[in-house]
Order: sequence, then structure tokens, then C-alpha cells
Amino acid sequence: SCRTVEPLEYYRRFLKENCRPDGRELGEFRTTTVNVGSISTADGSALVKLGNTTVICGVKAEFAAPPTDAPDTGYVVPNVDLPPLCSSRFRSGPPGEEAQVASQFIADVIENSQIIQKEDLCISPGKLVWVLYCDLICLDYDGNILDACTFALLAALKNVQLPEVTINEETALAEVNLKKKSYLNVRTHPVATSFAVFDDTLLIVDPTGEEEHLATGTLTIVMDEEGKLCCLHKPGGSGLTGAKLQDCMSRAVTRHKEVKKLMDEVINSMKPK
Amino acid sequence: MEEEMHTDAKIRAETGTGSSPRGPGCSLRHFACEQNLLSRPDGSASFLQGVAEKSRERLIRNTCEAVVLGTLHPRTSITVVLQVVSDAGSLLACCLNAACMALVDAGVPMRALFCGVTCALDSDGTLMLDPTSKQEKEARAVLTFALDSVERKLLMSSTKGLYSDAELQQCLAAAQAASQHVFRFYRESLQRRYSKS
Repeated sequence: SCRTVEPLEYYRRFLKENCRPDGRELGEFRTTTVNVGSISTADGSALVKLGNTTVICGVKAEFAAPPTDAPDTGYVVPNVDLPPLCSSRFRSGPPGEEAQVASQFIADVIENSQIIQKEDLCISPGKLVWVLYCDLICLDYDGNILDACTFALLAALKNVQLPEVTINEETALAEVNLKKKSYLNVRTHPVATSFAVFDDTLLIVDPTGEEEHLATGTLTIVMDEEGKLCCLHKPGGSGLTGAKLQDCMSRAVTRHKEVKKLMDEVINSMKPK
Repeated sequence: MEEEMHTDAKIRAETGTGSSPRGPGCSLRHFACEQNLLSRPDGSASFLQGVAEKSRERLIRNTCEAVVLGTLHPRTSITVVLQVVSDAGSLLACCLNAACMALVDAGVPMRALFCGVTCALDSDGTLMLDPTSKQEKEARAVLTFALDSVERKLLMSSTKGLYSDAELQQCLAAAQAASQHVFRFYRESLQRRYSKS
């Protein structure tokens, strides 16, 4: 059967042989590449490619007044943008549902994983704190946007360098010392692993755009290095048994190791020799 | 033709500023902007608030889409409108139960019923089912699951906080056991309703 006429039948033929049209196995991720520090005007940036899916994350740090109920905490404000240039399914204008759901997902990951201790962003309690605006922009949409965004955010935050800020006692103004910069304290390393459910039974990892479209359900697991889960995102779709969930967990553990290794290589290559 | 599902969750403002629900004009959000200076954090915070609703709507919609037999009603749109009357914790689970009962009441053909169950884990790891707002706030992690009535499979999951894999399995097992009670309640209330007529 033809790929364009009956895409589901075409896929089923491959899945029966336990592989996919692009030659991958059911549990195999696409080639992942990461590049940090490419945006010189941002305080931290990272570009992540998962096969064709490309997401860039830029982090800008600005001053803000802390919230009254937590005067010694800063803010981390994520925003995921899915512009028309990444895929023909998106129109220009206010963020669509997919972008909003992705933004909420990233906000939840930041909150649940405690990737940054918000107290670390405090400059002067009750008066001045850092706010980190994390802008994630998809440059090419080919499925599995959540994994790419999570990785891009993690890499960008590890790349962020904040200047030292002192409050002048007399003028009560903030003095920024751009010559003295220090890296952010990234406390945990949350890594996302996404699955697509096919025909209510088969689970495939890292779905492409076409696979996501044909899938009957999706699942995203976000795990940190200790095996703790900060997010189990399953927005409806086909049901899963506890046993299938366990298989996904083990795959997520191995994926975490793969990503951590890649992360460490990149960070070490950036360090001054 | 595929069926379209729209889920509008209209949440009444708890500050009691008026009886009008938050509509697309976003009366509550505009109010917040007037109070605070239009500094970006507040703007983004209220943007994120609307985004949280969109996220919840998608969870409920996708759960309904998984069970509703859409192919029996082509070129049809089913709109599920959920109005929060009072929120005393476990809101998402309550929304899921309400949505399921509403679909049954409407006579929409479904392949299974579904129910929502919330578990909260506190700092010692004690499991609490169906937590109150206070328990949710103090919990280390809050997990909400939607389970189907046929095989108790996991249809939807939405979690907050940090927890281990073993704790997840524990919560899932507890939720599956609790779902028996919810499904029994569905059956009993429907029996009561139809025995009267």
C-alpha cells in the first residue's frame, strides 16, 4: 500500500517487522545533536536537533521585584513558540493550543524538578531578584517537540552566566559587574523521553511528525539523574497497563544516561582550556 | 469524517468580582494588569494562568476522545462545558468524572467509562487518595490519573512534584482500586435515575 494513500497500513507493515520506515528500531532515538552558546546576545543559549526537529532556547536575565509572598525568590519564565516557519500546521498570530500546552509542560518541568533553586536568583531580598526569560523557538517541527524543548532548556540553563550584582548602600541602585560572571547552579538534570502508542498496543520511542499524527496516544516521562520522576504527561489517548508503563520507565532511564553523556561532552568542550 | 471535541472550562472568579465567568475578554486578567505595573513577570504569570486552563482542557478532551466512539457520529461536534462550582481539591479528577457522567447522560456511545482519581504523596511518602486543597498544597507530589472501566488501563496522567518510580506504581495501584468505588457509584446513580422513570 502506498505511503500517501494509506499511511497507517504502510506503517503497520514496518511495525510488524519491529522497525520503522526510517530504519530505526522501536526503542531507538534519532540522532541528537546539541550546540551551546550560539546566541551571543543572550545570557545563555542552546540549539538541539532530534533528527529533523530543531529547537533553540535563549535565556535572558533581567531585574525584577520579587513577589510579596516570597521575597527571596526569583522567577523562571518559559515560553515555547511554534511559528509557521517550523511547520505548515501552524498559523501566525497568538500562540495556538500546542504551543500553550508545551509552555505549560516546560513550566511544570521547571517547577517540579527544582532545576534551579529560585532562592539562587535573589540579589537583595524584598527588593531585587533575577528573572530568567527562557524562550524556546521551534525552527523545524518533525515530532517529539517536548523532548527537544526540555533538552534545549537544560543545555541553555547550564550555559547561562550571570554577572555579579551589588546594591550600592548610598544610592540604593544596583551595580552590575559584567567582568565577573558566574554560572548558574543547575541542581538537577531532567530529561524527557516521549513515546507514541500505535493501535492501542505498540509503544515507539521518539515519534516523528508523521508517527505522531498516526498514533492513538502519546506519553512523556521526565526523569532526573536519581530516577525520580518530575512529570508523567499522558494527555488521554489509548490506555496503558502498569507493565507497559514499567517498560517505558526503563527506556527513560537509559535515555537519561545518553543525554547526560552528550550534555557533559558539550559543557566540557565549552570550558576554557 | 472525524468528530471535533471542544472543551471549554469556564472558571468563575473566586474573588467574587462579579457573576460573569472569565470569557475571552478576560475580565479577571485585565483587572490584574491594572493593579500591578505592566512589568513582564506579571504579564507572563497571568498568561501562564490561561495556559494552565488550556492544558487542563486538552487533558480532558483527549481522554474523552479516547473513549467516545466518534466514527458513529461523523461531521458532529461534541462540546463539553465544565463550570467549577466549588474547588475543594482534586479538581481535575472531579472534572473528568463530571465529563464522563455528562457524556453518559447525553447518550453518547462510548467504548468504556472513565473516572479520575487523585493521589497525594506527602514528605514521608504516605499516600492520600482524593486530597483536599490543603493536603494538595502541603504534599510533595500530586498525581491525577484517568482510568477506564473495562481493564483499569491508564488513559490520562498529570503529575505535579517529584516522586520515584516505585511510588508511581503504588499510586497507580491505589487509584485502580479506588476506581472500583467510583464506577460502582456511576452504576448505582444511573440505576436510581432510570428506575424512577
